[in-house]
Formats: sequence, C-alpha cells, structure tokens
Amino acid sequence: MQYIQTVLPSLLAGALVTLKVFCLTIIGALPIGILVGLGLKSEFKLVRWILNGYVWLMRGTPLLLQLIFVFYGLPLINITFDRLDAALFAFILNYAAYFAEIFRGGFQAIPMGQYEAAKVLRLNPWQTQRKVILPQVIKNVIPPIGNEVINLIKDSSLVYVIGIGDLLRAGNIDAARDVTLVPYILVGIIYLILTAVTTLGLRRLEKYYNYYR
Amino acid sequence: MIELKNIKKSFNGRMILNDINLTINDGDILAIVGPSGAGKTTLLRALAGLGDIDSGEILLDGQQFDPRNSDLKNNVIGVVFQDYNLFPNLTVWENVTLAPKMVLKMTKQELETRIKPILTHLQLAGKDDLYPFELSGGMKQRVAIARALAMQPRVLAYDEPTSALDPSMRTEVANLLLELKKDGVTQIVVTHDIELANSIADKVFTVNALS
Repeated sequence: MQYIQTVLPSLLAGALVTLKVFCLTIIGALPIGILVGLGLKSEFKLVRWILNGYVWLMRGTPLLLQLIFVFYGLPLINITFDRLDAALFAFILNYAAYFAEIFRGGFQAIPMGQYEAAKVLRLNPWQTQRKVILPQVIKNVIPPIGNEVINLIKDSSLVYVIGIGDLLRAGNIDAARDVTLVPYILVGIIYLILTAVTTLGLRRLEKYYNYYR
Repeated sequence: MIELKNIKKSFNGRMILNDINLTINDGDILAIVGPSGAGKTTLLRALAGLGDIDSGEILLDGQQFDPRNSDLKNNVIGVVFQDYNLFPNLTVWENVTLAPKMVLKMTKQELETRIKPILTHLQLAGKDDLYPFELSGGMKQRVAIARALAMQPRVLAYDEPTSALDPSMRTEVANLLLELKKDGVTQIVVTHDIELANSIADKVFTVNALS
C-alpha cells in the first residue's frame, strides 16, 4: 500500500499526458474527419481521388510507423517537430482518416428526401447540413466513433516510442527501477478506469440522442 | 396563374414528357393523373426545382421563373412529399418554422403570429413539441402541409398524397384539400387515384405513358 502511494504520483502525471494526447487528438481529428467524410462524396473526381488516397495511406500503414516516420524520419529532410507535436500530427491525421470513413457512411445513410425537403424549403447547403443533416449523422455515428475513441485511449500508449512520458512509460520506468509488477498492474487499472469513464460518457451521449428516432 | 409551355424531358433517349402545356388558375386544384412511370412525378419535380427539363417554359403570372434557382423570387411552389420527408431530429414546431426563420428571416413574433394559425388550422395545435416519430401518418402529412405553407408559396404541390396513408384516410385527405382550396390555396395533386382526382380537382390533366 505504501509502495502504491510512492509510485502513484508519477503514474498519474503519466496519465495526464495520456489524457492530453487523447483529448487534443479528438479535438483535431473530429472536425477534419467530418470535412474529409463530406469530401469523400464530393462531385469532383480529383477531390475524391486525393482524399481516398489519404484514407488508404493512413488506414493501410501502422500508426506506429507513421509516428516513427514523423518524429525520426522527417528530420532527415529537415522537418522537425517536438515530441508532443509529432505525436499529435500523426495521431490526428491517422484518426481523422478513420473518422472520415465513418462519417462518409453516416452521410450516405441520410435519405435523399431530407436534402430535397430542405431544398424546396430554400435552405442553403450550409443551413441544410447544420440543422438537418449533421444532427442526424452524429446520432448515427456515435457508436462507431465511440469504438475508435476507446481504441485511441489505448493507442495513445504508442507515443512511448518517441519518448513521451505517458502513462505506460511512467509505469515502465517505475517497474524497471523497483523490480516489481505492481506499477504494470496499476497502469492497467488506470487504463481500465479511463476506458470505463469514456464508455459511460458515450452511453450518455447515445441516450441523449434517443430523444428522436 | 402558373403556365407550363412546351415542357419536354427525356431520360436516356426515352421521351418522358412530350410537349406538356398546362395552365393552373389561382385558387384551383389541378390533378395530374396517369399510370406509374408516365412522368407525373417527373413533372412535379421539374416544377419543384428538383429536376431539370430539356426545354420549355414555366411562367408565373406571365413572368418566366426558374424553380431550380434558389433566389427567393422563385419561391413559388411548396411541396408535400409522398413520404413527407419531415426532419426527424426536429419537433413539429421546429420543422415548420426552420425555413421561415432561416430563409425568410421571420422574427419570433412573426413566427408566432403567422405560423401558429397555420398549425391550428391544420388541427396541429398543442403538437408543437412532438417529434415526427410520435405522429400518425395523417398528422405527419398535415405537418408537411404546414411546413410547406409556412414558406408562403403561391402553389402547394402534393406527390401521391394518399399512397402512404390508410385507404380509409382518403376522404379525409380530400376534405383537407378542399378546405385549403376554400382558403384560396392553389394546389397541384399528383396521384394515380383517378377517383380522388375527380372528386376534388377543377381540372384533371392526364399524363400518358409514351412509348
């Protein structure tokens, strides 16, 4: 018990870094995901082509490779990021691609009739999206987006490889120094708490959107 | 008065509308009938600005207008869709007031004084806060009518107003349309129900399937 008290502060500091990567990635990736999702059904072939290429690249290669490429690879051609920026750059681009595919599906699930009704009411495309289409898309995509969000909590531990002091790294340092399993178990418990709280939040959000069918 | 002159439309080389000429007088009910696939809905969609025509003119009081153009001066035709296409995420009140608020820039006061009476008239008083999934088919249709009327169109157009409803509702729909006619609303009704057409319309226009 006393040992737990001595390692807990460093683990919580690590958890804070994990949360920071998590939150900033969500904030960056969601809007980009919506825009790319819209762009994936653009009427311009070139736009679709480019965005499909982007999604393919991001989903087709390991996030770990992308992370290493940004932090260790790009400096070789004189593009340098500091650690956190590199992590956010790679995570946001990667997660935006996954979100984009989900949103594309969400947009496609909205019946044409909704757009037509908005059009004959003379709503412009922006008003149509904001008031009619997006609210319905968001309701539809909460479960699949939630899945990715839970994944992100765990994926954030990949920042370990570029030397960011996240939760996993904090636990690893303590375990190596004190030659004990306890920090690893605590790390696992903290991840479980983070995912449990996020799951609860997502449930509430889903419930909130149940006010209509 | 709305006039259609020499409206032509073909899909993939197949002529759907061949030289349609039609006049709709103010306050009249015009029924457009014909077998399915004959082009009734194509004609309605062209009038509503949801589809192109290949050639021809659409005139309002002798002035040409383009239903596809979103400019407010082309706000002539309101549409009640076959499946109503209500916005499921919005309440009855929000469905009906969304466009008047955002497009016509009506103030809260104006919404109250102009939209409330429409809802009351369509027996939707007190239903403001319900969502579409809580409404019966007939109520949904009346909300769709209210939503279209709220934009103050010159003409209200219906696509198959009876097909999504229980057959027993037919008389109710007929009465509703006749009531709106009494209020001076000009109406176009696309239907395959010739009996309905004959019972309400001042003029029945038949679109024939072209070979």
